[in-house]
Amino acid sequence: MSEHDHDHPHAPIADGDEPATAARARALAELLIFKGVVRREDVRQMIDWLVSRTAADGARLVARAWVDPEFKQRLLADARAAALELGLDPGPSPVVMAVENTQAVHHMVVCTLCSCYPRALLGPPPDWYKSLPYRSRAVSDPRGVLTEFGVELDGDVELRVLDSTADIRYLVIPLRPPGSEEMTEQLLAALVTRDAMIGVAQPVAPTPASVQ
Amino acid sequence: MRFGVGERVLIAARAHEGHHRTPGYLKGKVGTIEHAHGAFTNPETRAYGTDGLPEQPLYLVGFLQREVWPEYRGRADDRIYADLFEHWLAKAR
Repeated sequence: MSEHDHDHPHAPIADGDEPATAARARALAELLIFKGVVRREDVRQMIDWLVSRTAADGARLVARAWVDPEFKQRLLADARAAALELGLDPGPSPVVMAVENTQAVHHMVVCTLCSCYPRALLGPPPDWYKSLPYRSRAVSDPRGVLTEFGVELDGDVELRVLDSTADIRYLVIPLRPPGSEEMTEQLLAALVTRDAMIGVAQPVAPTPASVQ
Repeated sequence: MRFGVGERVLIAARAHEGHHRTPGYLKGKVGTIEHAHGAFTNPETRAYGTDGLPEQPLYLVGFLQREVWPEYRGRADDRIYADLFEHWLAKAR
């Protein structure tokens, strides 16, 4: 930043090892703080909150829905309220919408315009979710993308791709895997991965070790 | 909310200077209202330092993939869905 010649005080914007995007993000944060739009403490708290989130909360919602059909109906009707019911933090997004995979329909989620994602329930999005190849191909060639993720849909399964273009965040309730009928809610939650709740993977298949 | 579930809508094909949340690949396409989400602040004005009011109705709109991508390789009933604001929608014939 050799052309950095204005006179407000702040920490150095970039160090030598930092990628350009990180320097840009830091410059933007410094400017927002300088202009009084956000406080340094707000930025730190938001980062703390974001990195404290994991897909375990989403997995708890799914596992409960698998064992409790009435809870599943409440989750499908209002995922925010269902998360609060389990004592989970549904985050700042005004609406979280759960969609259910069945034997006949498979859902997958993308944000073609940026990286909208149910961060409160799944944690920070993976890098590939934010990448241009995923964002473009998930809408134009979703079956090809699923194949690359190792998901082979049966020929009679309809594929629905949800592009999160506005205020709504989408969470996929994956199909409960065969062989999991006797498992407890807590053990079921361990089968529910982040990628399964984005819709680019099936839940982990139960093994003799995981069912008890 | 001007449109009801099941209604066919045409997505405006207009260009838009500045921030907006209508993806280019859906402009000019015809879809079906799947769900009415309610009203939300307008990202086209909120992005520029305003409060984004008045709120605008937002819908989940579904499109047949084959009508969006003529060379789509999947099943004929595969669909793509997006959340679109009412001022981008018109009743489709």
